[in-house]
Amino acid sequence: MRLSLRELSVSFPDPEGGAAPALGPISFDVADDQFVCVVGPSGCGKSTLIRVLGGLLPATSGEARCDDELISRPPSQFAIMFQDANLMPWRTVLDNIALPLEIAGVPRAQRYEMVRSLLPQLRLEDFEQLYPAELSGGMAQRAALGRVIVQQPRVLLLDEPFGALDALTREKLSLELLRLRQRYMQTIIMVTHDIGEAVLLADRVLVISRRPGRLVEDIAIALPRPRKPEMKYHRDFIQLSKRVREGIEDINA
Amino acid sequence: MMRKSLRDIPGKRKKGDGIDSGSTLRRISPLLTVACLLLLWQWISARELISPILVPPPSAVFQAFIDALADGTLLKHAAVTLEEMFYGLLLGVGIGLVIGYAIAKAPLLENILSPIIVAFQSTPIVAYAPLLVIWFGSGIASKIVTTAVIVFFPTLVNTIVGIRGVSPNLRDMMRSLKAGRWQTFRHLEAPSALPVILAGLKTSTTLAVIGAVVGEFVSQGSGLGYLVTLARNLYDTPLVVVAVLTMTAISLTLYGLVAYVEWRFLAWQRRPRP
Ligand SMILES: Nc1ncnc2c1ncn2[C@@H]1O[C@H](COP(=O)(O)OP(=O)(O)OP(=O)(O)O)[C@@H](O)[C@H]1O
Ligand SMILES: [Mg+2]
Repeated sequence: MRLSLRELSVSFPDPEGGAAPALGPISFDVADDQFVCVVGPSGCGKSTLIRVLGGLLPATSGEARCDDELISRPPSQFAIMFQDANLMPWRTVLDNIALPLEIAGVPRAQRYEMVRSLLPQLRLEDFEQLYPAELSGGMAQRAALGRVIVQQPRVLLLDEPFGALDALTREKLSLELLRLRQRYMQTIIMVTHDIGEAVLLADRVLVISRRPGRLVEDIAIALPRPRKPEMKYHRDFIQLSKRVREGIEDINA
Repeated sequence: MMRKSLRDIPGKRKKGDGIDSGSTLRRISPLLTVACLLLLWQWISARELISPILVPPPSAVFQAFIDALADGTLLKHAAVTLEEMFYGLLLGVGIGLVIGYAIAKAPLLENILSPIIVAFQSTPIVAYAPLLVIWFGSGIASKIVTTAVIVFFPTLVNTIVGIRGVSPNLRDMMRSLKAGRWQTFRHLEAPSALPVILAGLKTSTTLAVIGAVVGEFVSQGSGLGYLVTLARNLYDTPLVVVAVLTMTAISLTLYGLVAYVEWRFLAWQRRPRP
């Protein structure tokens, strides 16, 4: 699915009754099945961008479209992973991941089967009966990722999905994400703070300015697929990482 | 599983509970308090420090209990009170849940209804109970209404607090999953508000006894409140005590029942971090 943003901006009401701009105006297009990573300083509106694309927050001005359809409420075939795991504390890991299927009306036996087939990749197979309070931050994030993947969405909106993970798990899980993507073909917008991760995963890295976030760099990542962790040591990879880094540093200058 | 006690009630637990070396003492200390009070009571009556008409000895109370049990008076009146409480709770809690949910979802409704609710809440029920008897007759209906009125408020408040306390992030998530109204209620609002609502229900159950007994005081006929009045008029202090203690027992049992439901259905709240 294609996405296009036109002069999109979001403001929040400030205490004095005015409007505080939080994002944009920003315009860009995302092609079908493209993997886009978004980087930018904290508070620049990345989560806000994800919420607008997910149809959870209306744009103050401008518009976001998906396949030419205006996004005004959560579009079908979209799945969002929020910045915090956002699990339901009264549901086990298994039931949390199965929630989207339950809401879609999938019968119990079938949805458990679907979730259980997914658990090993998330390395949660031994923890399906735990409650969120018993999980570490990383486990909770993996469960949240599972809840997104079971939806088999065509568009994935990921807000710092691997923030609470150690470097190795992070890499494994992100490559897992790429593998899943090959199977289902998805358009992905992913917010991350990790430059290496952005370059390793994405077709394109967008660098956003400080609040209110605007597009300052749009860097195409023309590395071959499938991506492998070893590529991180390749000259092209290092070159691209440097460009992204310079983009971010320019903001701070 | 940990033993059931007041300390297992969600929210009351502190870190380190249970490993605490004084925990055995802490667990039995309420029983010790009761035992001491009973001993004191026995001692006072044995030495006749206070007239037995005012404070009957435990033995007399026990005898009155056996008698009232044997001739069926106690069970008859207790059954009446329980019935009033049951329907009163059903009505008061039911209406409290519905109006509470509506108010939580539509803040405008709060502004519209608040004068009525505040007026009801700030007027002592004992004062207008006679009015309820005039309106609803001296039968069971007026007692059901007094009970319902008194349990309505805590249910209402806790429902509002519970539903408004639902995490906005989880609401967003449900929206992104395209959950309908009913699904959002069933999968998010109800389980999320349940702990608060059950806490309100615990308060309601103890208040329900008060509501029923106030109704019985005002319009005579039957029930434990009536039994108290009856026994007092006969200067049968032991029977008064029996009736009062029966109310205590009912109140505690219901409280325990809700606490059990809490313990059983809110298992997720007891899970500690690893
Ligand atoms: N509901 C809201 N009401 C008012 N202001 C908000 C709201 N949500 C976000 N903001 C403001 O909008 C700005 C952008 O927030 P956003 O969460 O999108 O940042 P972010 O780029 O995701 O930051 P981070 O990297 O720290 O997650 C912030 O300055 C924040 O204070
Ligand atoms: Mg954010």
